[in-house]
Amino acid sequence: MSLLELKNISKIYGNLKALDDINLKVEKGEWVAIMGPSGSGKSTLMNIIGCMDKPSVGEVFLDGKDISKESARSLTEIRRDKIGLIFQQFHLINYLTAVENVMVAQYYHSMPDEEEALEALKRVGLGDRAKHLPSQLSGGEQQRVCIARALINHPEVILADEPTGNLDETNENIVLDIFRQLHEEGATLIVVTHDPEVGEVAERTVILEHGRIKSDKQNEDFGKQI
Amino acid sequence: MTRRKMFMRMITASLVRRRSRMVVALLAIAVGATILSGLVTIYYDIPRQMGAQFRNYGANMIFLALGSEADFNMDSVNEAVSHIDSSNLLGVTPFRYETVRIHEQPVVAAGTDMKSAQVTSPYWHIEGQWPDSDKEVLVGKKMAELLGLKEGDSFNVPFVVQEDPDSVLNLGIDMKVSGILDTGGSEEDYVYMHMADLEELAGATERLDVAELSVSAAQDELKAYAETISEKVDGVSASLVKRVTQSESTVLKKLQALVFIVTVVVLILTMICVANTMTAVVAERRKEIGLRKALGASDKGIIWEFMGEGLLLGGIGGLIGSFFGFAFAQFVSIHVFGSSITFQPLLLPVTIIVSIVVTGLACLMPVRNAMDIDPALVLKGE
Ligand SMILES: Nc1ncnc2c1ncn2[C@@H]1O[C@H](COP(=O)(O)OP(=O)(O)O)[C@@H](O)[C@H]1O
Ligand SMILES: [Mg+2]
Repeated sequence: MSLLELKNISKIYGNLKALDDINLKVEKGEWVAIMGPSGSGKSTLMNIIGCMDKPSVGEVFLDGKDISKESARSLTEIRRDKIGLIFQQFHLINYLTAVENVMVAQYYHSMPDEEEALEALKRVGLGDRAKHLPSQLSGGEQQRVCIARALINHPEVILADEPTGNLDETNENIVLDIFRQLHEEGATLIVVTHDPEVGEVAERTVILEHGRIKSDKQNEDFGKQI
Repeated sequence: MTRRKMFMRMITASLVRRRSRMVVALLAIAVGATILSGLVTIYYDIPRQMGAQFRNYGANMIFLALGSEADFNMDSVNEAVSHIDSSNLLGVTPFRYETVRIHEQPVVAAGTDMKSAQVTSPYWHIEGQWPDSDKEVLVGKKMAELLGLKEGDSFNVPFVVQEDPDSVLNLGIDMKVSGILDTGGSEEDYVYMHMADLEELAGATERLDVAELSVSAAQDELKAYAETISEKVDGVSASLVKRVTQSESTVLKKLQALVFIVTVVVLILTMICVANTMTAVVAERRKEIGLRKALGASDKGIIWEFMGEGLLLGGIGGLIGSFFGFAFAQFVSIHVFGSSITFQPLLLPVTIIVSIVVTGLACLMPVRNAMDIDPALVLKGE
C-alpha cells in the first residue's frame, strides 16, 4: 500500500478545473518533485495533499485512510500529525526566536521541548542562531528554521512549496543537501518547484499542465550526482 | 516545558516584541482604566466632598422644644445628639433668646456657644472678631446701626432678673463689641453673647430655644436621624432645614448622574479603540494565523491565543489605570474640592477586572474573524 494515493482527483472552481482527474501514488521514502507552469494546479494539489483543502471529486488515501471526506477539524488533526510543511515565504512568526518558532509546531502537536527543538536547529546548521529573531536571520537561515520546524514532529510526509524560490544559489544548495540527507534517512519528500535544478535532483518528477499530469518519470541520473 | 508555559511565552513575546502595535492598545486601555477608576473614586467621594462644601451654607438640622419649653435644655440636646453618629456630627450650637435693654432700648439677645456657632454658621461675615473672652459680643449689623455701636465699643446691659429685687441699683454687666455681624439675614437684628453671660443677665435656668446642627450626611440619613430623635427623646423635636438639604441632594444626584454618563461613554470609547486595534492586529497577522492553523492549531487554540493577549493587555492596562486613576482623582479632588481622597483598595481589583472584561468583549469580534482564515493561505504566493 502506498503512503499517499490520489484517485481521480478533480478540483473545480466555477467552470475552471484547477485539477482534472489526477491519479498519483507516492511510496514511503520517495522524493518527488512536482513541476509545471504557473496556474497548472501545483498549489491546489499541495493543499489537498497537505490536508488544507478537499478535492471536489475523487479520493485521497494517506496511510491507507481516505481523508477526502473528513471534516475541517479532523483534517487539522491529520495535518498536525502527518504533514511537515515548508513554504516559499518561510512563514516564521516574526516575534518569536528561531527555537521558539520550532517549538510552536511542537506546541500544537504535543509538548514543547526546547532541547529537542535546539537539536533540530543544530541538524540544519543553526545551533548558534537559536535565540535570533527571524529579522536577524538571512533568507537561507530562515528557510532552514522552517525546515527544522517541519521536521520536528517526525511527519509522514514533508511537503515543500517552492522551498528555494526566495533563495540564492548557495542557500539553495544548502537546502538541497538537507533534502538529500532527509531522503537518505528515509523521509518522504514532495517538493513543488518550477526550478529545473531543484526538480532534477529529485528521485521522480511529475509535471502538471492545465490541472493534468503531463508526465511522471523516474529521474535516471538520481543518486549519481553529489 | 508545559503547554501552558509555551502559551504564556508566545503571548508575552507577542506583546513585548511587537511593542509599537501593542502600545496603542495598551494606551487606550490604560487611559480608559485611568478615567474609569478616577471617576468611580470621585463618584463615591462626591457626597463626602460636596457634603463638606455644603456645610458652608449652614446648619441642616434643628432641634426645637416639643411641649413644655422648660424641658428643652442642654441635657436633652446632648441626649438627642447621642443618636447621631459622632463622625458625621460637625457641630451643635444651642441658642437661647432673651429680651434685654441696651441704651434704653429693648433688644433680643441670643446666648450661644461661639466656638460651635463658627462651625454651624461658617457663612457669617464678621467685621472685627469673633468674641473670645467673656463679656464680648457680636452685634447684628442692623442692630448696631440702630444702637450706634461699632467694633470695640463698650456698653452696659442691666440685669433682666435682679438677684436682689429690692436693690435700687441695677448695675448690670459691661460688655464690649468684638465684631459686627453681617449675614444679610435676620441674624443682623440680634446681639450674640456667650451663653454664660446671658445666663448671668437673665437667670441660669438652662432653658434653650433652639439648637442648630451641622451634620455631614445625605438627606435620607438626616431624615432617619430626625425621626429617631423626635421619637426617642422627650421634649425634642428634630427637623431638617429643607432649603439646604433638598438642594444638596438635587445637586448631588445631578453630579453623580453626570459622572456616571461620562464613565459609560469613556468605557464605550475604550472598547471601540481596543476593538479597532485588535481588528488591525488580526488583519496584520492573517498569515500568522494561517500558519498556526497549518501547523495544526485548532480554532479554539487560536481564539485563546488572541484572547490571551487581549486579556493580558487588559490586565496590565487596568493595573496602570488604577494607579493613574487615583492620581487623577486626587488631582481633581484637590483642585476642584480642595481636599484629598483616600485610596480605595477595592477599586484596584475592580478596575483590573472591568478592564479585562471590556478588553475581552472588544476582542470578541476581531478574534472571531480570525476563525475564517484559511490555512491554505500560507501556500499562496504573493
Ligand atoms: N480559490 C480559488 N478560486 C478560484 N480559482 C482558483 C483558486 N485557487 C486557484 N485557482 C485557480 O486554479 C488554477 C490553479 O492554481 P494553482 O494551483 O495556484 O496553480 P500553481 O500553483 O501551479 O500556479 C489557477 O488558474 C488559479 O487561478
Ligand atoms: Mg502556486
